[in-house]
This record gives sequence, C-alpha cells and structure tokens, in this order.
Amino acid sequence: MTATGIGAPVRRKEDQRFVTGQGRYVDDFNRPGQAFAYFLRSPHAHAAIRSIDTGPATIMPGVVAVLTGDNLAADGIGGLICGWMIHSKDGSPMKAGPHPALAQGKVRYVGDHVAVVIAETLAQAKDAAEAIVVDYEVLPAIVDTAEAAKASVQVHDVAPDNTVFNWHLGNREETEAAFARARHVTRIDLVNNRLVPNPIEPRAALGEYDPGTDTYTLYTTSQNPHVARLVLSAFIGVAPEHKLRVIAPDVGGGFGSKIFIYAEETVCVWAAKKVRRPVKWTSDRSEAFLADAHGRDHVTHAEMATDENGRIIGLRVHTTANLGAYLSTFASSVPTYLYAPLLSGQYDIPAIYCEVDAVYTNTAPVDAYRGAGRPEATFVVERLVEKTARELGQDPAEFRRRNYITQFPHQTPVIMTYDTGDYAASLDKALDLADYRNFQQRKQESARRGKLRGIGFSSYIEACGIAPSQAVGSLGAGVGLWESAEVRVNPTGSVEVLTGSHSHGQGHETTFAQLVSDRLGIPIDQVSIVHGDTDKVQFGMGTYGSRSGAVGMSAIAKALDKVIAKGKKVAAHVLEASEGDIEFKDGKFGVAGTDKALGFGEVALQAYIAHKFSGQDLEPGLKEGAFYDPTNFTFPAGVHICEVEIDPDTGVTRIDRWTAVDDFGVIINPMIVEGQVHGGIAQGVGQALLEGAVYDQGGQLVTASFNDYCMPRAIDLPSFQVGMTVTPCPSNPLGIKGCGEAGAIAAPPAVINAITDALGHEDIAMPATPQAVWRAAQKARMPMAAE
Amino acid sequence: MYAFDYHRPTSVKEAANLAGQAEDAKFLAGGHTLLPTMKLRLAGPASLIDLGQVAELRGIERSGDAITVGAMTKHAEVAGSADVRAAIPALAELAELIGDPHVRNRGTIGGSVANNDPAADYPAACLALNATIVTDKRRIAADDFFQGIFTTALDEGEIVTQVSFPIAAKAAYAKFRNPASRYALVGVFVAKHADGVRVAVTGAGSNGVFRVPEMEEALGRNFAPEALDGIAVPEDEMNSDIHADSAYRAHLVGVMARRAVEAAAARG
Ligand SMILES: Cc1cc2nc3c(=O)[nH]c(=O)nc-3n(C[C@H](O)[C@H](O)[C@H](O)COP(=O)(O)OP(=O)(O)OC[C@H]3O[C@@H](n4cnc5c(N)ncnc54)[C@H](O)[C@@H]3O)c2cc1C
Repeated sequence: MTATGIGAPVRRKEDQRFVTGQGRYVDDFNRPGQAFAYFLRSPHAHAAIRSIDTGPATIMPGVVAVLTGDNLAADGIGGLICGWMIHSKDGSPMKAGPHPALAQGKVRYVGDHVAVVIAETLAQAKDAAEAIVVDYEVLPAIVDTAEAAKASVQVHDVAPDNTVFNWHLGNREETEAAFARARHVTRIDLVNNRLVPNPIEPRAALGEYDPGTDTYTLYTTSQNPHVARLVLSAFIGVAPEHKLRVIAPDVGGGFGSKIFIYAEETVCVWAAKKVRRPVKWTSDRSEAFLADAHGRDHVTHAEMATDENGRIIGLRVHTTANLGAYLSTFASSVPTYLYAPLLSGQYDIPAIYCEVDAVYTNTAPVDAYRGAGRPEATFVVERLVEKTARELGQDPAEFRRRNYITQFPHQTPVIMTYDTGDYAASLDKALDLADYRNFQQRKQESARRGKLRGIGFSSYIEACGIAPSQAVGSLGAGVGLWESAEVRVNPTGSVEVLTGSHSHGQGHETTFAQLVSDRLGIPIDQVSIVHGDTDKVQFGMGTYGSRSGAVGMSAIAKALDKVIAKGKKVAAHVLEASEGDIEFKDGKFGVAGTDKALGFGEVALQAYIAHKFSGQDLEPGLKEGAFYDPTNFTFPAGVHICEVEIDPDTGVTRIDRWTAVDDFGVIINPMIVEGQVHGGIAQGVGQALLEGAVYDQGGQLVTASFNDYCMPRAIDLPSFQVGMTVTPCPSNPLGIKGCGEAGAIAAPPAVINAITDALGHEDIAMPATPQAVWRAAQKARMPMAAE
Repeated sequence: MYAFDYHRPTSVKEAANLAGQAEDAKFLAGGHTLLPTMKLRLAGPASLIDLGQVAELRGIERSGDAITVGAMTKHAEVAGSADVRAAIPALAELAELIGDPHVRNRGTIGGSVANNDPAADYPAACLALNATIVTDKRRIAADDFFQGIFTTALDEGEIVTQVSFPIAAKAAYAKFRNPASRYALVGVFVAKHADGVRVAVTGAGSNGVFRVPEMEEALGRNFAPEALDGIAVPEDEMNSDIHADSAYRAHLVGVMARRAVEAAAARG
C-alpha cells in the first residue's frame, strides 16, 4: 500500500473546496440574460382542472412567459417516463398513467405542477403565479397505501383499482409445501414508513438555448447526467441528444432523489428555447418536501416457516407498495427487482414466494431512496428472523448463525447468486465488539435506574454494483447498467480520468484518484477526475446503488490496463527492447533483468512527441477508454447490533451502543468508507426513530417542513463502533462490493429489534417516536390490561 | 416575500412614532419567527420597523430582587449571563434549550413573549417567575400578558422594552423537546417563591401557556416530586398533533413537573 494507493485513508481532495465554500452547485451558475422560473403547484391532492386563466399573470411586472400543459402539448413535448417495465403475474404490462411535466386536465398530488411563470426575478415570478386563476374541480383523494386498491377514487384512468401491477417472484408451490410441513410459523405485519430524501442541496435546473448553434445546455442536480440527457431527448423529446449538453456540477447529496428526470428540468430546457433566455429554477425546501420523489412506503405481511431443528424452510411475503401519483423514473424497479431478490437475506432459505401489489395514490411519486428496496427487504427479513428466534426461545445471534449460508456461490430461490461472504465472521466480530456477553448485566443495571434496555441485531445483505446489462435487461430495465471510463494521460504525465460515475458526496475525486495512483505509481495530485458533463464524458450510467466503486472503478481499472499496455509498447521503442520484455512496476517501465527503465511521465512524453517510433507502427498519444459491464451484482453484508435504553416515563429511546461489522470486500479508502457507514446508520436511525412523511386524509402533506419532519441530529446518535471483515468480491477486478447504502439498510431493523427486545413485545411501528414508544411501554407494563 | 418599507429607528420613542405613522407595520426583532412567515408569503407587512439599533432595548441587569432583561437581548446572552446564572439559573438553562445556536444568537426575549407561540419556552418562565412585561406604555403582569395562542395584552404598536423576573428561592425548567422543531412539546417551569409556588406549562395547552393551581397548592405544602402524585392536567385541554396527542401531553406534563421539582429541590 502506498501513501495514496488502494487502502490508504487519504483525506478527501474535494473537501478543501466544499468546506471553504468554493464548491460550485447548479444554483451558483448564472447565465447572461437569465430569467427565473417559478412553478405554480397544486394545492389539492386530486382535482380536475376546468380551466387555467394565465391572462392576469402575463401582464404582471417582469413576466416573460406563463406556460401550461397546453403549451407543452402544442410543442409535442412528451411526458415523463418510467424506465423499468414490470409485468403483472398475468403477463400484462404495468399500468403507466400519463405524466406530463405540466398538468394536462388533472392534478394528482399536492405539489403537482400546474403552470410555470418565467420572469425577470423570482419574486416577480411568484407574484405573477398568484395571479393565475385555476378553476379546480376538487375530487376526493386516496393517500392510504393499504386502502388504495379498494378505494372508489381512481388516480389514473388506465389503472383500475389504482393498481400499477400485481407482481410476484419465487416459487409459490414449494413455499406452500414448506409451510405445510413447518413446525412453527412466525407472522408479522410491517409498515415501512415513507421518507422524504432531503439532500442538503435542493434540486435545481438551469436551461439555456443557443440559437446560433441550435444547441441546448442544462445545468442540473443529477446523479446521472447522461441518463438525464437520454431521457430528455429520446423519450420526452425536448432536444436531440447530440444538441443537448447536460452538466451536473458539484451535487450536494441526493440519496437517490437526483437520479430521476423531473418536470422542472424538462420545463427549464424547453422554456429556454421558447423564451430565448436562460431559465433557472432552484427548489426551495418546501418544494423539495412536496415534489422530490419520496422513498419506501410499503405495507407488508410476512410469514416465516421453521422446522423442528430451528431451520428456516420457507418465507412468504405480501407487500403493497405505494408509488404515489405518477411513476417516477425507476419507481417500478424498487419494490420488485431491488426488493424481493434480497428476501433470502444471509440465510439458506429453500423456498421463498413474494407478491407485490403496487398502487397509485394522491401523494408525491415514490422512487429509489438510499438502499432502494433493500432496506425494505432487510426490514422484513430481520424483523421476522428476530421474532422467530424469540418465539422459538432461541438466542437471536445463534438462530441467525444456524441459518446462515456458508457455501458459495449460493443460488437463492429469488434470482440472486451470492458470490462470496463469511457471515459468521462478521457476527463473531460484532458480538465481541458489542460486548454481547455482558448485555444482561447492563440490562439489570438499566432496570435499577428504571430504564428498559434492549439489544437488536440486523444481519443484512444487499446487492450493489447494479448490474450485468443482460441480466437487468431480462428483468425489464430500459437501459444497460455498465459504466464507462476514459483515461487521458497528458504529455507531462499527469492524468485525467473521465468517468460516467458522478459524485454527489461520495468522494470520487479522491478514491478514483487513489486507484490511478495505485496502478500508475504517480501521486494523486497528478490525477484529476472529470465527471458530470456530457460534453466531456462520452457516456455513463451514473451513481446510485453503491455502484461507482464496483462498476465505475472497474471501468477505470480496465482503461488503466490498456494505458499500461500501450505504455509498454512506447517504452519498448524508446528502450529498444522487445515489448514482451517490458515490465511495469512502481510507476516505471523497465526491461526485465536490466536496470534500464523509464518513468511513467517519460513514457507519456515519448508517446506524444513520437520521435522514437514510427506513427505507422504505433499510434502516438496515450489515451484509452473502457466500458465495463459487471458479471454479477456484488453482495455487501454484515452485522449491526444496536443497544437502546428506553425511558418508560417519556418513551424516549436513547441509542447507547452501535456496533457495525461490514464486509465491503476490498476497501479503497477506509476513512471514506467509515464515513459512509456513519451516514448510512444515521439515515437508518432517522427512519427507525424520527422520520416519517405523513399525509392527512385529504392528501395534504402534514410533515412539509423541518418543523414537523424530524431529521436525525448528531445528538440522536452514539459513537459508532465500526469493524470490517473482508471477503474480496470475485465478480469485479478490484474485489470491491460497495458501502454507500449499507448503514441505511442495516439500521432500521436493528433499532426496532432493540426496542421490541426492551419492551418485551413486537407492537411498535417506525418511526418509533417517544409517543409511540411510551404507549408501547404502557402496554408492556400492563400485559393483562392489554390482552 | 412581498415588498415592504424598512425602517431602522435608534430609540424606543422613534420606533413607537414610526409604528404610529406607518400602516400595517411590524416590529422586527431577531426575525426568527417573522421572516420565515414572510418568506413563505404567509405574512406581508407593508413596513418593518427593525429594533436592532435601539440600544436601550438591550442588556441584562440585576437590581435587588429582580433580573431585568432588555427586549432585544438574545437567548444566547441570557444563557451566557453570569448574573442570570447566579440569580435564576433555571432561566439561563431555559434560554440554553431554545432551538439551536443560530436561533439562540438571533432570537430575542421580546420577540418571544410578544409572539407568544404556544410552544415557546419563555412564556413558561414569565408565568412561573411572576415576571412583569414592561412596554413603552405600561407594566403588565405575566398573568395578564399571555392571553392564548399567539395572543397577548399588547396593543397595536406597543413595544415590549423589558421583561423583569423576580428572583425565586428555587426554580427549574424541565423541557421535553419536539424532536423535529426543538420547541417545547411540553415544558414545565416550577418556581418556589417566598409567598408560594408557581407552576407554568408551555407546549401542552390548547390555549397556550397556563398555570396549574392544583400542583402549586400541593407543592406549596410539600416542595417535593411526590407531592404531585395523583395530580393530572385535564387531557381535553391539551393540544394534539402528529407529534403528541393530548393524552401523551397530559402525561408528560406530570413527568416534566416532577423532574422540574426534583431539579429545583436539589438546588442549594
Ligand atoms: C428553528 C427554530 C427553532 C426555535 N426553537 C425555539 C424553542 O425551542 N423555544 C422557543 O421558545 N423558541 C424557539 N424559536 C423561536 C425563537 O427563539 C424566537 O424566540 C422567536 O423567533 C421570536 O423572537 P424573534 O426575536 O426572532 O422575533 P421576531 O421574529 O423578529 O418577531 C416575532 C413577533 O414579535 C414581534 N416583536 C418582536 N419584538 C417585539 C417587541 N420588542 N415588542 C413588540 N413586538 C415585538 C414582531 O413584530 C413579530 O410579530 C425557534 C425558532 C426557530 C426559527
């Protein structure tokens, strides 16, 4: 390991810029002649639009244009799309309702886009928006996930019973048979609460049109600018792909919410041409609450069958997933292929059957949010495993251990082939770090102080590095999920890496440079990472699903191999040796068995001046590209143990200890990985204890600001004990599994398992607020009264 | 935000005059309540009279048996004041529990009492300590000042200049924070005075801050947590929202009251 190579805890190169306020985010860009967009949003959850009178608004001071869905339709601009086709059990395709960027005839959730005002200033745009007269026929709304399919309200004409699809995975007959011979069946009902992503930087879009070249530029807060360009051009049709440049500069967090292609960026590009002015929109926090795609929102009933030896023999799951009012870009994949294939957890379960009913409601669209489907699956599996262990009177750690998969590769009954892992190793380490041995002592000590102490396990697995393009294609994905990289070596020997991944906080400028430093033997300050601009990077699939290491860096590694191979050719000419005798080691190209060698920079220079070889024998220059398509998902896994202490008088849950032992495969930068673990746990604790989006029955978002939507704070968290185990991933050249979502996936069941352990009963939902825990604690105290 | 005229007087008198002349004027103190509502276009005063340059509205003074705090004094100043810590430590502790550092370094005591948010902390201290709210026109006893949610005895254009807190023998504040906003979900301020005990509750009541005579009597007889056993506030007078329904709030009033008494009793 070199000081800046793979495995070194290198300080993040980008932090100097971020911490000193030098980052450049979309809202920091201002273009000459720029006008401001403000979206008039629906105040109703469900209404027909009888008419929109924009007249009074158009004559307000500073107004450039007021545009509605009629204008979009007249210009032939298509609706927003969902890029993953799911088929129902009966083979019918999912029911995708129309999703215009500006409402056409109907609004379907509070915050839905009704019209846009473009004005000289934002204040003028807002003033004018108040003058737009919309005649709404307010309709009854449906917001409840479990009730949606039974509701008389219909959100989309194309979707009877508000049903997007009735999907399933696994083997029903085998699962029924397993349950028929089970010694014990454990049942659980779970709600996976709806979350609002809340990245610190709200979304923004700045569209620009150049009539001279007939080209468009969109600056946008995107985790995947190329996908945004593809969707905006090929599907929505705002501009041809080769005439549209999408730039995603520094992006301040996303958690998935910036994967999707939304109405606002569509409108900004389209309007920029219409008004012949750059058009900028920056979301405020209130808009972000209403109109960023939310996460989770599942209602699940699940059952686990065990045999006489305490082995899990079957799992059946029924989930209703609320997709909101419209299908967001990848909404359909989240409760299906990102969910059910993870239901085997770390366990050898021979039979699994899962049904998922996806429904429309009059709420914000729901799509991928940190973990996307895997937290929901892990919550089901780990709550159910815990409950089963309790019902069987077994130690929850040992019950897990007995059921762990130990042979690899392992084919689950739900698609996945786990390539490698050592689950017991993580469990052992976690038990040790958590001092599980002395838990009972601590529990008694808490009891003496009138407090309830509980311990909760989460033995999670997830799937990252999405994924072999052929595989996802066969499952309905509209795109391939490879990644691209280009390594440009300059004549001076410095290197630019162009990558299709795009950091929105992960630290790619550091970790990717570490890989280059490691492979080429040059200092990381000789390496620049270029991303987030479709004019620079040829194509890329972007950053989500913890794929940038496993897939994005693998593409870079592949390109680096090509650079080294070309470098050997150059060196052979310069050193007058045969190519086969050239070795590349420690940043030097040398002739085997001699001390003749050239530094990497010298070879780069020779490649460009091309004095030592004929251009007919060898092309000058040193630049290589690669596309890397993974051979499998990767399977990070680990054990988190949460220990809580509850104050039964107030219901306050204090997390006393947190132990995380994760197997992320090979680690590029342990400091950054630990940061990802910390942030992930914080987010998972947020879901378990604090966060929850609440709509009232009329469809108004009650938790529409930080006054009511509770984000985790440092004080809500203990100091984390983080440990690692390593089984290198055999499915990519770097052995990387991915770490970006693990904490958020592992944490919620660990917290709830700890709380239910403390309370002595299972009846608590997320978020386990003080009020909810207090009420549950009352019940625990009075078991007789509750019966 | 809608457009408004901005005034920056340097004396209370000038501020009062401006308020008398300008139509639909609002005083601006720390702005931590007023500005967000203006940004959200829920309020649109035609003019703002910024009290930030009025020097006579600032500062903390100890005079004999009272601590007097100027209306424009920030929460952080109260929290950090050695005089307050020495005389009424509970008041400094209360100020330290308000919001977060940004809020405490902008928000003012005058703004807080004038606003009378049902979940604000200072109103509980004012009631329990039997404070006097001093304005440019008169002195108003806390018992008369707080008149229900966002409602006070202040007349149009009347300026809070000071809040004067009698120094209690023992006092403590127990706050159960709203996990999201950090305002009081339930806050109970208990003060033992020479002539009796006062107990004030904020955050919980559906009509804003209130006193609990039954607790006061019981604690007057025996200033100990046990004295509160069996005393409950009526559930149907408690606030109810997604964070806490009325039953939970009523329960928390009891818990916080006991904790406040315990903390107060433990003081010297
Ligand atoms: C995120 C956040 C968290 C908060 N948490 C808490 C908390 O935990 N506990 C708590 O108690 N408070 C809390 N607050 C409120 C804050 O502490 C201030 O007390 C509150 O905003 C009012 O004070 P201000 O100085 O900001 O007043 P402003 O917002 O400037 O004014 C509020 C109102 O009072 C009027 N006013 C102001 N000064 C005077 C005066 N001298 N005379 C007459 N009228 C006047 C104004 O015209 C206006 O109507 C929080 C606020 C925020 C933004």
